[in-house]
Amino acid sequence: MDALALLLSRLQFAFTISFHIIFPSFTIGVAAWLTVLEALHVATGRPLYRQVFDFWLKIFGVAFGLGVVTGIVMAFQFGTNWSALSRLTGPIQGPLLSYETFTAFYLEASFFGILLFGRSRVSPWFYLLSTGIVALGTMLSSFWIMANNSWMQWPVGYVVQDGVFVPSDWHKILFSPVLWVRFPHMLFASFITGAFCVAATGAWYVLRSEFGPEGRLMLRMGLYLAAVLVPLQLFFGHLTGDYVHDYQPTKFAAIEGRWHDEQPASEVLIAIPDAAHEANRFAISVPVLGSVIGSLSLHSKEVGLTDFPRDQRPPVAIPFFSFRIMVGCGLILLFIAWFGTYLARKGRLEQNRVLLWLTFLSFPLPFIATLMGWFTAEVGRQPWTIFGVLRTAQAVTPTLTARSAFISLTVFCTIYGLIFVFGTLFIYRLLRAGPADRLVLPAPWPRAYRALPVLDPSLVVRE
Amino acid sequence: MVLFWFSVLAFSILLYVLLDGFDLGVGILFGLSRDEYRRREMMASVAPVWDGNETWLIVSGVVLWGAFPIVYATLFSAFYLPLIFMLAGLILRGVAFEFRENARRLRIVWGLAFCGGSVLAAFMQGVMVGALVEGLPVVHGDYAGSDFSWLSPFAVLCGVGLCLGYSLLGACWLVRKCGGETQAWAYRLIAGLSVALGLLLAVVFVLALALNPRVMDRWLERPYLFVFPLIGVVAAIVLALGVRRRRVRAPGYAAAVTFIAAFATFAITFWPYMVPFSITVDQAAAPHASLAFMFWGEGLFVLPLMLIYTIVGYRVFRADGMNSSQY
Repeated sequence: MDALALLLSRLQFAFTISFHIIFPSFTIGVAAWLTVLEALHVATGRPLYRQVFDFWLKIFGVAFGLGVVTGIVMAFQFGTNWSALSRLTGPIQGPLLSYETFTAFYLEASFFGILLFGRSRVSPWFYLLSTGIVALGTMLSSFWIMANNSWMQWPVGYVVQDGVFVPSDWHKILFSPVLWVRFPHMLFASFITGAFCVAATGAWYVLRSEFGPEGRLMLRMGLYLAAVLVPLQLFFGHLTGDYVHDYQPTKFAAIEGRWHDEQPASEVLIAIPDAAHEANRFAISVPVLGSVIGSLSLHSKEVGLTDFPRDQRPPVAIPFFSFRIMVGCGLILLFIAWFGTYLARKGRLEQNRVLLWLTFLSFPLPFIATLMGWFTAEVGRQPWTIFGVLRTAQAVTPTLTARSAFISLTVFCTIYGLIFVFGTLFIYRLLRAGPADRLVLPAPWPRAYRALPVLDPSLVVRE
Repeated sequence: MVLFWFSVLAFSILLYVLLDGFDLGVGILFGLSRDEYRRREMMASVAPVWDGNETWLIVSGVVLWGAFPIVYATLFSAFYLPLIFMLAGLILRGVAFEFRENARRLRIVWGLAFCGGSVLAAFMQGVMVGALVEGLPVVHGDYAGSDFSWLSPFAVLCGVGLCLGYSLLGACWLVRKCGGETQAWAYRLIAGLSVALGLLLAVVFVLALALNPRVMDRWLERPYLFVFPLIGVVAAIVLALGVRRRRVRAPGYAAAVTFIAAFATFAITFWPYMVPFSITVDQAAAPHASLAFMFWGEGLFVLPLMLIYTIVGYRVFRADGMNSSQY
């Protein structure tokens, strides 16, 4: 095993999966939002809902396509870079991920076709049902992914035979308490991402005084949804923290920046963790709060990292900071959602340009929070790939050379960079063009669209 | 159960090869035309179906992992670089569908990405098959070669062969989906491509027998194997007749049969080995608990639904020689 190859593989996995998660977390949220819109459209018959629906369907299509191409890479990467892992845990992880492909692809692909082509051919109820099924498909997809990842965080329902992890109880794997806390946490993250992207787009239109009715609808619905969802998310975040506290004490101690056992424990608000001296520098902490957060008690004993041998501790700085950034983003979003909702109830939302600007600028925050949450979960799990039983260093492909890993990392960085720039530009153009009905001119050429037949190029305003 | 999943795997790979084969082929042929109208017509003919075709690659990948984890781990780590290049090619050509349409100054770049990505993906797939036939160095179930062991003259020949094969499928697709000049152009291509492919396949076949003595043994042990090349020859004759009589559908079916024959030859020559002469199907299979878990959900219910969906999808777009600006 080559240490540099291991490092490069970890970087590559981190890079490709971070890039990938941006798109699903957005599309899961948008799919649910489309279902809400279509339900409102069917219930009220207002054309406004229909217009906003059609607009977001286009954006959904682009993001969905980017999610698919970056997802293919993930299906291969376990075998190319983590062959030891795929061999040892394949009997458990393989079936879980194959269910992801089968259920999600089937539902999404087939009913997405109806969303694109079927409006005039099926009844409104069936169209609404199709929208719901696409949303269900995206959620199922995240369920299987979370089932797989939660098993890696807290392996259950298996026996080891000849070194291979053999499933002994699928029920335990699929109903693991860890999974059923983390799955809603991820779902709500996606819903909030969708809600803020919608609200930010609405705020943008209101600030530009364009697409008035559509913009106001997006702004209000986005903020209202977020006002309900963000507190729920904080609650599930807390439950997720509880599972980490109980099952992964090393990760919990790293997040808390707690080096030594404390009773009652203090809570480090901010500091610079110093692994060499096993202490924090410039720490600002609150006494007793650590015990309250960890165990809901005023005098519980909370474990520190020095209880564990050095070779079983995760790196501290990344989980410590990424967790705080995640929580910080969550609190800002909560403020925007609640304050915005308050103003909207008072009928002063559109006059408050500060809040409109804040809402507009807030759209990256849910993405950042999601990424940071994953960084906390995944880096905090180190040095294990399967927590407590399989080390990351043992999971990597034994024959992988640094040269190969370097070539592949370069290839992915280049291509993903390219996709990112053009994909973002593309979505930006769609958003800027807005939801208005434009005259669709017959294209002078046969149109090379299907991936996204909704995207009529003549709808895209060009510079 | 093992046999069931082996069949599912073989079937999904075959389906992938046939389906993505023609759209990769169209991508390769894209590079041979300079005419912008024709290029758009070509891209539009595969645009509705390419992403559905590629899902079969993912299905093959995850079924391989779930049902035969040892093969997944060994092959994917052995073919590290070819797989990475293949993925790079697939991503580039996939996004080119959207980006080329929206680009003005960079249209050349995305055209290049579409064609280059298709060639790269097809070539790498052929190379991997070639390297597999030649025999991978596997010791105790672990790949024991180096970064570039897969790169041999024989494998390169197979890579070129698969590019030609996919181009042939692509040309047959164009005959079926396009009209006028593009169709006439595609008929001309089929003639040249099928002759080149036939010669190449013959060379590859002889070389495979000569290079790997165990392959030769297999053919001496199992003379019924000669049925498949024979089927291939018959299909080639049908193909030639179809082109001469300017039939719209016959060439496509004939080319597909050729591919199926080649695929069957490959699979049956090496049966029961999944990685030739080192890992058998039974050695590679996941424990029963995994196979059964997959069977009772995705195998029994979802897979048939996916097949129905694929068929329905193609029926929706089935119009032959349709004017591609219609959708």
